[in-house]
Amino acid sequence: MAPLLVGVIPFGLILGVAAAASSIGTMLGWATSPIIFAGAAQLVTIELTNAGAAAAVVIATALVVNARHLMYSAALADHFRAFPTRWRYGLPYLMTDQAFAVSITRYATTDDPLYKRWFFLGAGLGLWAPWQVVTAVGAVLGAQVPESWSLDFAIPLVFLVLLTLSVRDRPGLVAAVVGATAAIAGRGIPYRLGLIVAAMVGIAAGVIVERVRR
Amino acid sequence: MNPWLIVGLIGLGTYLTRLSFVAVFGRFGVPPWLAAPLRYVGPAVLAALAAPAVIAPGDAIDVTSGNPRFFAAVVALLVALRTKSVAWTIVAGMGTLWLLQAVW
Repeated sequence: MAPLLVGVIPFGLILGVAAAASSIGTMLGWATSPIIFAGAAQLVTIELTNAGAAAAVVIATALVVNARHLMYSAALADHFRAFPTRWRYGLPYLMTDQAFAVSITRYATTDDPLYKRWFFLGAGLGLWAPWQVVTAVGAVLGAQVPESWSLDFAIPLVFLVLLTLSVRDRPGLVAAVVGATAAIAGRGIPYRLGLIVAAMVGIAAGVIVERVRR
Repeated sequence: MNPWLIVGLIGLGTYLTRLSFVAVFGRFGVPPWLAAPLRYVGPAVLAALAAPAVIAPGDAIDVTSGNPRFFAAVVALLVALRTKSVAWTIVAGMGTLWLLQAVW
């Protein structure tokens, strides 16, 4: 977990700083940490609210960003089936890229459902607790930083590094290039609706390239 | 819409997304028509979020010295590709931006 936490700390700090600078307000911006608990979607929520995007666009974009959890949920479902109901409904709240990655790796080496549920709880809380603290620290620090530091630029920088992590093959690269181009072309569309269109066009391009290559 | 309500709805939707297969569809797995688009959600959405912010920060496309954010983003992208590190990417991107803002 430790190396994963190292990557999470600067992200959490920037998220807090972004919350403090956004019209969403420091308190609600930070509250996205316990309420949403998904870094990229939280940053989207803070950033799009500040940009004056329509409520439906903010919600749709954040949920699309989080749609990857469907994959994790599907992969974990088999393991979670043996858990008591309360655990089965509680643990998914703690589901993150990191908790999923370490758990699914560990689950390959054990069949003990008791161990499995405690391991997931540990992995989940191991990220949850530092995330709440680090984003709060960022929010407090962010309120002190003068605007001339251009710290708002850290937000697209975080999106950029997450982008490099998510592009794994040629169709992914095409999805990114098409999504970026469409977003620039559609940037004038009110309420940031162009973002949703760009995302859909990019996703479609990725799927098409994947099909053609097969 | 009240921003607290927006955040609450996103929180609820995110939880239901995480719960989905665990609670209900466990037996079926992700259908292929959904699995393929899901693979490209990350690249498409993240690129769509980042690109306008660095290429057209003032609403007009600007890749000249009038827009240091573009050049800082190029440096940051190279560092991100090389290090896969959030911290180093932010250091490189912010550092380049501050440098260019001071020099230009």
